Amino acid sequence: MKPGAGRALVLGAVWTWLLLFLVAPVAIVLKIALSESADSIPPYAPLLQLGASWLPQLHVSFDAFAQIIGDPLYSEALGLSLKVAGLSTAICLLAGYPMALAIARSPERWRSLLLLLVMLPFWTGFLMRINAWIGLLQDDGWINAILVEVGLSPMRLLYTDTAMYIGIVYTYLPFMVLPLYARLSQLDARLLEAAADLGAPPWRVFFSVTLPLSMPGIWAGVLLVFIPAVGEYVIPELLGGPQAQLVGRVLWEEFFQNRDWPTAAAIACALLVLLLLMPASVLWGVSLRGHSPSAVAPGKASPGCRPR
Amino acid sequence: MLTVTGLTVRFGSTTAVDRLDLTVRPGELFVLLGGSGSGKTTLLRAIGGFVQPDAGRITLDGRDIGALPPHRRPVNTMFQSYALFPHMTVAANIGFGLRMLRLKRAEIDARVSEMLALTSLQGFAARKPAELSGGQQQRVALARSLAPRPSLLLLDEPLSALDRNLRRDTREELVRLQRALGIAFIMVTHDQEEALTMADHIGVMHEGRLAQVGTPAEVYEHPRTRFVAEFLGAANIVPVTVRNGRPELAQTGTPVQVAMKLPDSAGAPMWLAIRPERISIGQSDAPNRVTGIVTQNSYAGETLTHLVRLADGTLLRSTGTLRDGLGAQQVAIGDSITLSWQPDACIVLTQ
Repeated sequence: MKPGAGRALVLGAVWTWLLLFLVAPVAIVLKIALSESADSIPPYAPLLQLGASWLPQLHVSFDAFAQIIGDPLYSEALGLSLKVAGLSTAICLLAGYPMALAIARSPERWRSLLLLLVMLPFWTGFLMRINAWIGLLQDDGWINAILVEVGLSPMRLLYTDTAMYIGIVYTYLPFMVLPLYARLSQLDARLLEAAADLGAPPWRVFFSVTLPLSMPGIWAGVLLVFIPAVGEYVIPELLGGPQAQLVGRVLWEEFFQNRDWPTAAAIACALLVLLLLMPASVLWGVSLRGHSPSAVAPGKASPGCRPR
Repeated sequence: MLTVTGLTVRFGSTTAVDRLDLTVRPGELFVLLGGSGSGKTTLLRAIGGFVQPDAGRITLDGRDIGALPPHRRPVNTMFQSYALFPHMTVAANIGFGLRMLRLKRAEIDARVSEMLALTSLQGFAARKPAELSGGQQQRVALARSLAPRPSLLLLDEPLSALDRNLRRDTREELVRLQRALGIAFIMVTHDQEEALTMADHIGVMHEGRLAQVGTPAEVYEHPRTRFVAEFLGAANIVPVTVRNGRPELAQTGTPVQVAMKLPDSAGAPMWLAIRPERISIGQSDAPNRVTGIVTQNSYAGETLTHLVRLADGTLLRSTGTLRDGLGAQQVAIGDSITLSWQPDACIVLTQ
């Protein structure tokens, strides 16, 4: 075997994987989106057809794209999805950052346990957990029982936006905490000491050292939460109200209720392009600023901070 | 200006700093010299506010700073690892302490350029620390810690990450800066050459306490304990006994003439310490003379050291400066030679 053969094999496996499970499905979806709707099985006309004189004929239709651009239903659904995902991501960040920081600063022997607790919900099925939330949030559920117990009036929670946000934040919080923790636990404690030494009170140390140096972790967490949250279907369906016409739900309805596969595929394509542009622009921005904090440690320096 | 009294720092069951007293004068370069585990870095961190002492007081210009958090102490630290902020430019790093002082924009800029000039870093203001060499990073760290004009600068092994040649130049540079700014420095090092060449006063630390404090010449030429004599430079240490008020080598009974007044030992064991460079080889008029066999020669370029075994097995080192080069007159291993030294080369120690 030539020295490059192993490398080619590994790369080949990666490319095969991408081709089979990313490029091919996307190509199929794009094909459906560019087809004409038809009353047949499957419910769209073939894109490529052999004509009368055995010449291949291409039937490309932009009707589906024209429809999702023209009808405000779709852009509104997309806008609402972006808003819900954005707000959920913001709540995850505000809740997750202190959690990640607390875990990163806790004594070494506690950290694994705390991280385990963050990930523990994943041990049970997703639908089980959402159903548990239904039990907690419903009109005669536990939360309202507690409200009544302490003398407050019960609230309508289930099938509201509040319940939907609770569900999304609850589900995606670990995806925010873990990358933030990974970043914050590697933060050089000596930098914090140096900032304090130069006169920075604790809050300034946070804003001028901890926060900027954790930006890559913030971006990773934001992307990990935001992207799946935009297309989220199950949580709004089970916990949210009928008014929440999110893009995932619209897509589902086009596909299963209206049997309009080209329109559903066009929505999927639009969403994909949008979600690809976002991380690309973030990655581009991060690489422009060129964060490489690990490269600073001088060659021979021993890990300081230890009493000698 | 800085006074430390009865300072004690414990980590669990180990006492890193043990009832230590220390006084640092205004504008001086004080070097804390000690091996690893001697407590020198812990002492420095306690002065900087990063370690809470278990007992004792730290006062700076008459003010008790022992209870202040690091950001309220008018003391800056240059960290061994430099701890430069990787996301900030050189200029932003140097200006950090000035921004914390809430100085005006123009004044910050002026002082940053002044510090850049002082540390020969002009032209590097917009670079990130990762784009600098080790020596440049070291200078940024120094500039950053000096920019707020602290009344006292703490330096934790500031030269240890530099290679040998750069270290010598930087040593001189650091002393020049210290003199020019008139800021008191407390520098921690384990390098005795660094300590001797740079310090106004050296404090030799051993097991959490100051074994001796004095000028470089005092601690080198008049060490008070065996530890100090051995830690600072090489020393020949041989046991001596006193008979009729006169010291003699304990093994052979050879009388030794000493210039110093004998310490009152009350029968406790005593040692004689002689620096290798004070022992000459060959004929001389020095009153102290022994003979032995050369067992090893080590050539170090500027010096040549002979290891000589006396009849009773005692090993003595004699170091000579090769002012005219190695030359033809060489002492071979196995040769019998005479070693001699003056009475004022003898240091008698009791502990």
